[in-house]
Parts: sequence; C-alpha cells; structure tokens
Amino acid sequence: MNTEAITAPARLRLGDQARLASVGIRSRPLRAALSALGIAIGVAAIVAVLGLSSSSQAGLLAEIDRLGTNLLKATNGQTLSGKEAQLPREAPARLSMLDPVEQVAHVGTVADAKAYRSPLVPATHTNGLQIRAASLNLPSVIATGIAHGRWLNEASATKPVTVLGATAAQRMGIDRVYPGQRVWLGGQWFYVAGILRPAVLTTEIDTSALIGYPAARQYLNHTGVSNGKPADGHPSTVYVRAVTERVGAVQSVLARTANPKAAGEVDVSQPSDALTARAAAEGAFNSLFLGLGAVALIVGAVGVANIMIISVLERRSEIGLRRALGATRRQIRTQFLAEAVALALIGGAVGVTAGVAATAVYAKTQGWAVVIPVESWVGGIASAILIGALAGLLPAIRAARLSPTEALRTV
Amino acid sequence: MTEQPAFPFPAARPVLELAAVTKTYGEQPPVSALRGVSLTVRQGELVAVVGPSGSGKTTLLHVMGTLERPTDGVVRINGIDIADLDDQQLAAVRARSIGFVFQQFFLAAHTTALENVADGLLYAGVEVGERRRRAAEALEQVGLAHRRRFRPGKMSGGERQRVAIARALVGRPAILLADEPTGNLDSTNGASIVALLHRLNAEGATILVITHDSELAARLPRQVHVLDGRIVSDSAADATVGGRR
Repeated sequence: MNTEAITAPARLRLGDQARLASVGIRSRPLRAALSALGIAIGVAAIVAVLGLSSSSQAGLLAEIDRLGTNLLKATNGQTLSGKEAQLPREAPARLSMLDPVEQVAHVGTVADAKAYRSPLVPATHTNGLQIRAASLNLPSVIATGIAHGRWLNEASATKPVTVLGATAAQRMGIDRVYPGQRVWLGGQWFYVAGILRPAVLTTEIDTSALIGYPAARQYLNHTGVSNGKPADGHPSTVYVRAVTERVGAVQSVLARTANPKAAGEVDVSQPSDALTARAAAEGAFNSLFLGLGAVALIVGAVGVANIMIISVLERRSEIGLRRALGATRRQIRTQFLAEAVALALIGGAVGVTAGVAATAVYAKTQGWAVVIPVESWVGGIASAILIGALAGLLPAIRAARLSPTEALRTV
Repeated sequence: MTEQPAFPFPAARPVLELAAVTKTYGEQPPVSALRGVSLTVRQGELVAVVGPSGSGKTTLLHVMGTLERPTDGVVRINGIDIADLDDQQLAAVRARSIGFVFQQFFLAAHTTALENVADGLLYAGVEVGERRRRAAEALEQVGLAHRRRFRPGKMSGGERQRVAIARALVGRPAILLADEPTGNLDSTNGASIVALLHRLNAEGATILVITHDSELAARLPRQVHVLDGRIVSDSAADATVGGRR
C-alpha cells in the first residue's frame, strides 16, 4: 500500500468544522444559551446605547429642522450701571425694515405684575410665571400653536383676556379652556382664551401668561411714551425670522438696529443653538454606558471561557475518541476554539437583535427615526468573535494537549 | 523476527508487527508496562490478547493503536514503521488503518446511530454524503439498519456496542482493536457481540480483542496470553516465540 496515501492527514471541510463546532452546543443547549447570554447582554447594551443616542440625535435634528434655525432673538440686556435696559419701542419696526428679515414678533414683560390662579393664592407663590404683552403674530414666528381655545385677536388684545403658555397652564392646574374661566393677573381677573403648545425654541413663552399690548397698557400699566403721548409699553424681547442663508448677517447687525443708541444693551441669541448643543451633548452619556457594555462583554467572555474549560474536562472521552478516530491535535484545538467563537457569535447575534429591538421600541415611543449606526452592530459582532476566540484559546490548547491515552483513561 | 507459520492464513500479509516493544512510564521509580513484546497479526486473523488486570494489555492496545509510542522496539502498521512518522501522520494512520472499539462504547449521546458511525470517517477526509452512505452500509453489516435514526440513549448495551463496532469498521481499517468489547454487557449481549466479531472476521476483517475474560478468549481462534508486560503464550506459535528472551 502507498505510504503517502496512508500517512497524509486529511483536511476537514468547512461544513465539517461547523458541525464539529456545534457538537457542544447541540448536546447542552441550555448551558450554551446561558453562557452566550452574558455576551448577548454586553452587545445589546452597546448596540442599544449607540442606537438610542443616534436616534435621539436624529430626533433632535429633525426637531431643529422643523422649528427652523433662522429664528433670532434680541432681548433687553443691562445698562453699564447694571440696571435692566429697555428696548426702544421702535425696535420691532426698525428690524422689519432689514432686507433679509421675514417676520418680526415681540413681547414685553409686564413689570411688577404676577400671575396667580386666583386672588386666594399667597403672593409669594408666583410659580415663576411672568405676564407678557405679546404681538399678535407671536405663535407663528416662534413656531408654536394653540393647544386649546383660541389665540388673541385685535379685539381680545384690548380686553382682559389672556392665553397661557404650556408650562404656565400646567402650573396653574388648567388643562382645558371653558367659557368664563379666569385667572388673577396683576391684581385683576383675566379671562383665559387659550393655552399654547410648548414653544421649544423659546421656553420663556411657556412660563408666560400672554396678553395684548393694549390690554397691558390699560389694565396693568405697561405703558410707554411716543412723540410725547402715552403709548403701548416697551418690548423686552424681539423675535426675528430671517432668510436662512443670511441669518449670520442679520445677527451681526441685530443689536445695532434694535437699539442704535446703545447696541451694547441688547442681548442677541439664536435659540436653535441650544438644541444643536443638546444634540451634540447626546454623546456625553455614551462613554458611561459603553463602559458598562464593555464590562458586560468581559463578564460574558469569562463565562464562555469557564464553560469551555468545564466542557474540555467533561469531554475528555470525546477528545480521546476523536484522537483514536484519527483527529490531529490541531483539529481538536480548532474544534474547541470554533465552538467558543460560535457561542460568542450566537450571543453577539442575539445581542444585536435585542439592541436593535430596544432602540426601535424606544425611538417609536419618542417619535424619533430609528437610526442604528453600522459601526455599532458590526462592532458588536466583531467584538463577540474576538472575545470568543480569546475566551476559547486556553481551553482549546488544553484540549489539544491532552494525550489520547490520558483522555481515554478517564470515565 | 523469524517468519512463523501463522494460523489460519500462513502466507497472509502482516498488518500489525511488534518487535521487542517496551514501554516504561515515569522516572523514579520507572514502571515497566511492557517488557519486550513481539507479536505479528496477519490479515484475516481474529486474535484474543488475554491477561489479568495490570498485565499491560491496555498499554499494549495503546501502543498497537499508535495512541502511544513505545519506549523501545519497533511497531509497524501495514509495514510502515511508526517511528518514522510525526504525530500528524500517526493521526492519519489511525484515521485510515486502525479501528477502535472500547468497553465504554464512547458514543455521542445527542446524535443518531448513523451520525455516530459516520464520524468514524470524518478524519479520513470523506465527504459528508459519502460518510452517511457508508455508515448506513456499516450499520446494516452489524444488523442495526432499522436503528439508524435512534440515539444511543434509546438503545440496549449490545446495540450500542454494535454501533461502536460499525463506527470502527466503516473506514475498512487494516485492523480492528477491541478493548474489552463485552466488558459492559450481560452474557447474552456479550455472546452476540462475539458472534458478530466472528462473522465480520469471516467477511474479511482483521480483529484483535483485548480481554481479561479467558472464556471469551477461548472462543476466538488465536489466543495470546499476557502477564507482567510479557507474552507468556501464543496459541499460533511455539511458546518460545512470545516474549521470553
């Protein structure tokens, strides 16, 4: 007989390798599942953290898109001596003359007047609410709407009628509007006409009770002087919608235009900045949770290594038999290494599925688009494979080192 | 080693040759398990190696099966001196030329009789479809064609040992080495295994059975008696041929 034909070791086909790798998993499925669970939890945590932060970021960016980044805000700042400055009464009109400016709205904070549910509420319980006179186009400019009731009109703006911001209504305990409903503003009953939806870009509106400028002048003494005659009060904040491409240009001249005599007393800001910053800050939590995911992965790896070592001890006779059937040391090593990788891979796949599912469910409840970054699941699977290989290496080497006679002697 | 007329096929080709084989374990004090064993098994033989426990017969099986290398002496399988082979090549020799049957059967519990038998061809590089086809044939040969879908747990001890024998024979090895094949079986099942070994031998298989049971050995054509690591008698040759040197 030909010596070569007898003594050349045969290579195992890939399908046979896969079948061998699954021997331990098929013979003890529960144990395999539990040891894969650790890795599944780690991978799920990593995928979910990355997916959730990406989805919430996408949600915020979509929100920013909806609200627009072209809103600018000019607020009365402080004078040199530290007192509260005043915006000129003409500021809104002047700003609307700037070419790239599309819309201008304004509110005036009514000084020394507080808003209460009723006169029985102690004066100190202001709930942090303010009374503001508002121009009639305010809701459209700040991109909010009416949740209940109606917004002010030319007529109601002259009467003791108010529209509450979302937070103001909540703090006063008002969740719907009915005829004859009143609140106590600045020592005077005002009828509640409506409640606004949350104004995400301009949260100061949420904590306001909004009334018309004429009403503020007539009932709450919010007055100014125009050409020597009494007139409506000063605005304290002017909201400007500009052509998106020229927001920067408008921003640079906003203070000067609003108050040419004292540009330094005007604070200018872009409210969407805060949201953009929040979107950027979404990543801040990540490192903490990714760290937790990594810890879970390491614990999972220890679990897999542990199971593989026990498995090698328990399956000595299988190892001995396979050596007797003609397996080389390398084939035994490959079998156990592949089994550890298969375990980890199953854990990784389950983890990715769970992470994606968690992200999808949470994003749905928040109304975000579901975004799973490719690197999160590719990284999850890859780290599972790596961890399986690392965890399986020592047990596989031990299995291969076992001499066949020693392996057969046990039992 | 001089050529001896061997029963029953004097001119048959030797498949397993041991010449002055010794095996010593440990350093201080060294334990000699085999002390100069010479033995030739020819194609078509059915041999019993019999001896009490501690006589070195399990070590002999391991050395004959190339699971262990001898400390000294020559082991030839099909004429190939295993001293010339590295561990990988030895594994290949086991995969293609040697079949093992153990007292404890060593069957995989989670899979079928057919798959267990097919595993006997795994390391010989046979493709999976062919493995299953030949496994089915081997199961038929041992009379278990109707049990091929059964798991070992659902079978009797005798049936399990038949599966193990089918696994050892599926690759048509040069020699089948059986270590106490009836040791875990009752007398009825043991007798049926012995009958099966006789039948397989008649069909051409070369079989060597290791046992402590001289009754079983007496039922086989050739008996080799082992004691304290030496061959004390060999029914196929002069008593002097064994190991007393």
